[in-house]
Amino acid sequence: MPELHFPWIECSILLPLVGAAWVWMLRDRERALTHAIFFCLATLLLTLGECADFLWMETFEAHDHWAFFRWVIPPDVLVIDELSAFQLPLASLIHLVVVSSTLRTKTRTFSLESTLVSQSLLLAIFSCRASWALVALLIVSTIPPYMELRRRRQCTRIYCLHMATFAALLLVGYGWLSIADRSGSSVLVPGAMLTVAALLRSGVFPLHLWMTDVFNKASLGTAILNTTPLVGAYAVMRLVLPIAPSWALQSIAVLSLVTAVYAAAMALIQVDARRMFCFLLLSQSSLVLVGLELVTPIGLTGALCLWLSVAMSMTGFGITLRSVEARLSRISLASFHGLYSQMPILAGFFLLTGLASIGFPATVGFVGMELLIEGAVEVYPLVGTLVVVATALCGITVLQTYFRIFTGVDNRSSISMKARPAERFAVLLLTLLLLGGGLYPQPGISSRYHAAKELTRIRGEISGKSPTPVTTVAQQEGLNPET
Amino acid sequence: MNQQELFVQVLGAIAVASPVVLLAVLGLTQLLNRPLSELWIVRLNQLGVVLSLFATTLVLAVMLITGERNLPIEFGNWVTIPEQAFHFHLKFVFDRLSIPFMMLSCVLCGVVGEFTRRYLHREEGFARFFLFYAIFFDGMVWSSLAGTIETLFVGWEMVGLSSALLIAYFHDRESPVRNGQRVWVIYRLSDAALLIAAITMHHMVGEGDFGGLMNSSIWPDGSVSVSSSQALLVGALLLIGAAGKSALFPFSGWLPRAMEGPTPSSAIFYGALSVHLGAYLLLRLSPLLEASVALQGLVLGLGAVSAVSGALMSRVQNDVKTSLAFASLTQVGIIVVEIGLGLRYLALIHIMGHAILRTMQLLRAPTLIRDYQDLENKIGTPLSPNSGTALGWLPKPFQRWCFRFGYERGFMDTVLQRWLVDPFVRTFRWCEGWEQLITSSLSRSEKADSEINHANAANDSPSDLPTAA
Repeated sequence: MPELHFPWIECSILLPLVGAAWVWMLRDRERALTHAIFFCLATLLLTLGECADFLWMETFEAHDHWAFFRWVIPPDVLVIDELSAFQLPLASLIHLVVVSSTLRTKTRTFSLESTLVSQSLLLAIFSCRASWALVALLIVSTIPPYMELRRRRQCTRIYCLHMATFAALLLVGYGWLSIADRSGSSVLVPGAMLTVAALLRSGVFPLHLWMTDVFNKASLGTAILNTTPLVGAYAVMRLVLPIAPSWALQSIAVLSLVTAVYAAAMALIQVDARRMFCFLLLSQSSLVLVGLELVTPIGLTGALCLWLSVAMSMTGFGITLRSVEARLSRISLASFHGLYSQMPILAGFFLLTGLASIGFPATVGFVGMELLIEGAVEVYPLVGTLVVVATALCGITVLQTYFRIFTGVDNRSSISMKARPAERFAVLLLTLLLLGGGLYPQPGISSRYHAAKELTRIRGEISGKSPTPVTTVAQQEGLNPET
Repeated sequence: MNQQELFVQVLGAIAVASPVVLLAVLGLTQLLNRPLSELWIVRLNQLGVVLSLFATTLVLAVMLITGERNLPIEFGNWVTIPEQAFHFHLKFVFDRLSIPFMMLSCVLCGVVGEFTRRYLHREEGFARFFLFYAIFFDGMVWSSLAGTIETLFVGWEMVGLSSALLIAYFHDRESPVRNGQRVWVIYRLSDAALLIAAITMHHMVGEGDFGGLMNSSIWPDGSVSVSSSQALLVGALLLIGAAGKSALFPFSGWLPRAMEGPTPSSAIFYGALSVHLGAYLLLRLSPLLEASVALQGLVLGLGAVSAVSGALMSRVQNDVKTSLAFASLTQVGIIVVEIGLGLRYLALIHIMGHAILRTMQLLRAPTLIRDYQDLENKIGTPLSPNSGTALGWLPKPFQRWCFRFGYERGFMDTVLQRWLVDPFVRTFRWCEGWEQLITSSLSRSEKADSEINHANAANDSPSDLPTAA
């Protein structure tokens, strides 16, 4: 396997851990916040370097050069490939903007140490190719939110119940799979277990209650960091996609599609802004899952593009909501708050990220959404149109929320509520990426299509079949006039 | 590419790019918190409109001189995946349909922009108005010149967003905001139909190019190479999209709500351009209508019902802007009937004439009483009240029903609310109730969720920041 020119992967995983230890030693929380931002920024630069180095090599996968832990970790465990190359900087970016937009008053309730540990775990998950290590990391990554719930003295039963099931299914499924004969039908049951585990982590209906619970009880920052990188989707890509037959995946896609519509409709009737955000994210992440499970090159490309778009835009949407919450406390959508005159930049950014999350034209998600709809309609000519319905409902929710929070009454305070420089930095960084990716989408689309093709090829090799295009339901039924 | 083609390409690029640059400048200055002065905003707006109009006029001159009837401006593929035959083609077309509509858009946007300069002078939201106005102008240019359905969809969405935001322009009051939201709901749902139509069209003919759909014929000629049932499917979806955008039956309920916005935006949206965009779409795809008799019947029926209901509603409204809006609906309904009958040039001329007249009427609406007084002063006698209507010969009970139908705006809002919105909300509130029940029973929490929220809010609220809400 080709080697990167620097041990980017291990450095990017270790640095947040060192940062967590460093921040923990600092007594002054304001300084701790500044240092945490520095560590997040340095990690982002490392992952960007990793991504650039990988792209420069023009290969499908690569691992670290001069790895420090070669004597402990086998060389093929931490690997960067076309799927993870963009996820790693994205995960770092999400952490950077969340940490940098944290108000000083929030450092008591938002644990910086725990956030840096979570970042390290997330980067390790996205860099991990070996299934056993991935299973272990996925299970360990459920601990930081649990710790925060405990710290906040909230009931953890729902979270524990779901995550214990997730861990059990992962362990049993993976254990069973490793002793089963992969060529026969004996992989179906362990495959189903792994699928349910991944769907549970993604919050697919009706296994989504843990997500609403986390949004309700944890700090909004932790909830955002734990959900927007779409770790569940990554688990589907690594653990389920290589082994599951196409018919099974395409059947699960219908479940994800139902979740997308259900969550979009639920988001529309919420009166609590956090729950609204949770359902909106659930709907969008389910659409990503739909694309992944279609296993057609177009659907996969759309899903991979949408993945980046949803992660960025929903993080932006979330941090704006968090900034508003930090000034006003929990936001009720039952009444109007009229905050536009006090925070016009945050209002504009809220609208922009909301529109980006639904794939509005000229934002990064637009082409990804088009591809996804195309892929869904190709496989399921009628059911596939539900993607459009889900997007329409999400669009209604976004503007409704914008109106509720920023308009409706004349609300003026004597104290400035405008965005702080750190918040403005986070906002502008994401705006640049959302609009830049939307106006010049070709490089991103080409890269994601290449990744989709390689993933399809690997899937074909693992299942012992040639990587021929997947026969869609529409083609089987002769409904597609193009066939 | 010869010099003439290059010249036309450059002109086309200027026509399309100048609204985009205008939007980028206005958007970036607001996002970076570097507000421009009113004078700069107006000057930039004038420059954007004039450049677009000038370039379009020159293209028209070239077409008249050379006798060309169709000049495509190719920007190539914005996105392409050659192996999957997927491409998002950026193509704009100057032809007998797009040029008049584009020039109409530029002229009316320029006029209304100038009107707004004084109308909103020193208003707090002056810059915001022109930002949304730039989005609208961009959307109109893209929709007018679109050579593919994807390009049209981009413009279509921009018009919809700017429309909702401008209705909610006076956003320190609840009513405009609620009405903006209502209009956005209708737009989103009808846009969903348009998007499905676009995808279906792609699957039918393998591309979204209007030229490809019409067998490379030039508007208004052309025939489509799809079966009658396919034409009916795509056409019906397009009709829903058009009905939503043009407030045709049964979506007319949003039209009076849209009048909550400032007068200039009401004039340009609901008197002139936006309200005709649905008719323009039908006109652009009019050869598709001929492929299916059922579809033609649908178009005729929808146009006729919209025209009659618009006429009834406009006669009983008690404010001039709403009355004018419904009068617009009547004319748009008639235009749709003309399209259904295949009278394409007549429909195009009707759109242009009606848009100009209605813009003038809506812009004069705030000074209507003064205008009447001026008129009376000049003729030296009071104007005689309207003594009778054409409906006078109808039976009294039917007249009363017509009045109620018009006054209640065709009961359309009530029907949509009762049969669509209420069941939707009830169903998902029921689901919400179940979710809350399961959550509280699983967590064995004695506190209700609302109490938890309240407690969290208390924990989270900072001590050094005010609670403004």
